[in-house]
Amino acid sequence: MDDSLSENRPLRILIADDSDSDRLILKTLLRRLGHEVEDARNGEDAVEIFRHSGADIVLLDALMPVMDGMEAARHIKALAGERLVPLIFLTSLSDADALARCLEAGGDDFLPKPYNRTIIEAKINAFNRMRLMHRTLSEHRDLIRDRNRQLLEEQDVAKRVFDNIAHTGCLNATNIRYHASPMSIFNGDILFACPRPAGGMQILVGDFTGHGLPAAIGAMPVAEIFYGMTSKGFSGSDVLREINQKLGRILPTGMFCCAAMIQADFHLNQLQIWNGGLPDGVLVKRDGILESIASRHLPLGVLGAARFDAGMEIFRTEPGDTLLMMTDGVMEAENRHGDMYGEDRLKRSLDDAGNAGSPFDAVMAGIHAFTGKRPEQDDVTLLSLEMVEEAELEGVSDGLSQSALEGPAEWHCVYEIQDRSLGQFSPLPLLLHICMEVPGLRRKSGEIYTLLSELYTNALEHGVLGLSSDWKATPDGFGRYYAERERRLRSVSGHFIRFSLTHTMTGRGGQLTIVCEDSGSGFDYRSDAAAGNNSGYSGRGLMLLRKLGHSLSFRENGTRTEIIYDWHFSEVAAREGGTNT
Amino acid sequence: MPIQTHRSEDGRTLTIKIEGRFDFSTHQAFRDAYEHGDENVTAFVVDLSDTTYLDSSALGMLLLLRDYAGGDSAKIRIENCNNDVRRILSISNFEQLFAIR
Repeated sequence: MDDSLSENRPLRILIADDSDSDRLILKTLLRRLGHEVEDARNGEDAVEIFRHSGADIVLLDALMPVMDGMEAARHIKALAGERLVPLIFLTSLSDADALARCLEAGGDDFLPKPYNRTIIEAKINAFNRMRLMHRTLSEHRDLIRDRNRQLLEEQDVAKRVFDNIAHTGCLNATNIRYHASPMSIFNGDILFACPRPAGGMQILVGDFTGHGLPAAIGAMPVAEIFYGMTSKGFSGSDVLREINQKLGRILPTGMFCCAAMIQADFHLNQLQIWNGGLPDGVLVKRDGILESIASRHLPLGVLGAARFDAGMEIFRTEPGDTLLMMTDGVMEAENRHGDMYGEDRLKRSLDDAGNAGSPFDAVMAGIHAFTGKRPEQDDVTLLSLEMVEEAELEGVSDGLSQSALEGPAEWHCVYEIQDRSLGQFSPLPLLLHICMEVPGLRRKSGEIYTLLSELYTNALEHGVLGLSSDWKATPDGFGRYYAERERRLRSVSGHFIRFSLTHTMTGRGGQLTIVCEDSGSGFDYRSDAAAGNNSGYSGRGLMLLRKLGHSLSFRENGTRTEIIYDWHFSEVAAREGGTNT
Repeated sequence: MPIQTHRSEDGRTLTIKIEGRFDFSTHQAFRDAYEHGDENVTAFVVDLSDTTYLDSSALGMLLLLRDYAGGDSAKIRIENCNNDVRRILSISNFEQLFAIR
């Protein structure tokens, strides 16, 4: 049935007429118009010919022996299936009923006898146009159907990949109940839960702006960071900072992730919550009192690291309290009339929580009574977390998988900069970059940079260039000091400054040791100026090093300075308001 | 220009704005900004809203300004520090010497 799309190729036309003379006239006429013609003497032959070789257009005499035109029309239409094969009755009938029966049998039009060449040509062309249009539409429909199927298959595979990354974590814990549509990731909704090594759990509910592929791609690194860092003991604030930075870097402007981070501590009986752009969460107390958990932050991926506030609010709880968190889909669930479920209906549903069995059941029942849809048809993500006695959750944190996302934890590197480069090149960005590969140090980038920078300045100015801080005692001396620095830098030779960085993990976090050695003849690090006793305009570099580092020591006459810098997994510190500044 | 100055309407307050890094490389420009010998200026504002980083030599320069402006009687406000800059100022206890906002 291979047709070329060109309208100008000869059409294959099947004609059936029991009158030899009529058949010959029609056949000759159609051949002159350039078409290929096959002919049959009765309906049965016509059906057989069509069955074997098909035809683009069929012309049938209504009244024929063996099988009349109407019967033949029914067979031919059945054989043609989805293809449009225009079927024109040749008839001298003028009785309206008979004509109507022809059309009911599947005919598309009539050609009155005797034949008129102009009319025949026009009709053939008109039906051919219709036939081609029908075929184009069918092809497009098939293409769309195939593409759609392919897309769904790909989504299915992508979802399996995503599910491996964003495994269910501890969403199956006995005190968690949630509803998320199976393909929620393609609506941009995310829901992750992970036990904390020190007990308790951390949950992230989120909703990316937009949907489909971009949202799903954005969700991947979020899952990686969330599970990777939570399972290593990082606090909710730490994880939020990291995710915010990551999303800020990868998402196009205008795309971000509304989210809530929940850190549950069953031992202290408290929740720490950060809500950035999600609808108000609800804490349903055991006695039925509702406490709202409002959004107080911008969504993730909007603010730069300097302005991002990862501070979490603390809520005291008792066993039996239930937290509900949800995405916009809950508030915006529509009924037939286009009304939205909204906050008031949510509250009313919760008033009924006693009868429904639990706040979660009450809200789910409320949504579905309102929208009239079945749960699997919606784009709702709803999470319920019940506060329980810690002992009830034994075994939740077993099998905590260590993510491959870990930054380098145990490493050592030596970087030496020599001669002319001392004056022309700053090694600081490079050294900082190496340190920033450790997630725990990333929050401390300002402090690490200050340490590296002050060490380098000391080694260069006092060690390699031999400048004395004493000069800085007066405003003019201050200027002279830097003019001299400039002059001596130009003629440095045979010198080096060497940084040795070592990082190891400790039980509570990690330790970075920075050793800075130089080829100079040392400096008087015990002098008044160096001690930073607020005399003159110098000596504050060493004071910064002392205060930021865990310990500071000088060896070899001041040509070797060692700083030890400890960082800790943020402790859950209720007394600090749950934030680490 | 990494360092810009402007006067208040009454000519009594000089605002010095530092863009980018505040370290030894800006020391001459920073001194030029306030050492102009204008008797009318009685107060200084150091605007750090566009300052990305400040090191120990910048601390020394702020002390130079303070002494120039009258030492303990100097009126100097340091404004709009980012977190890193604020931390260095507070580690150095500079809030005892300057009004930091």
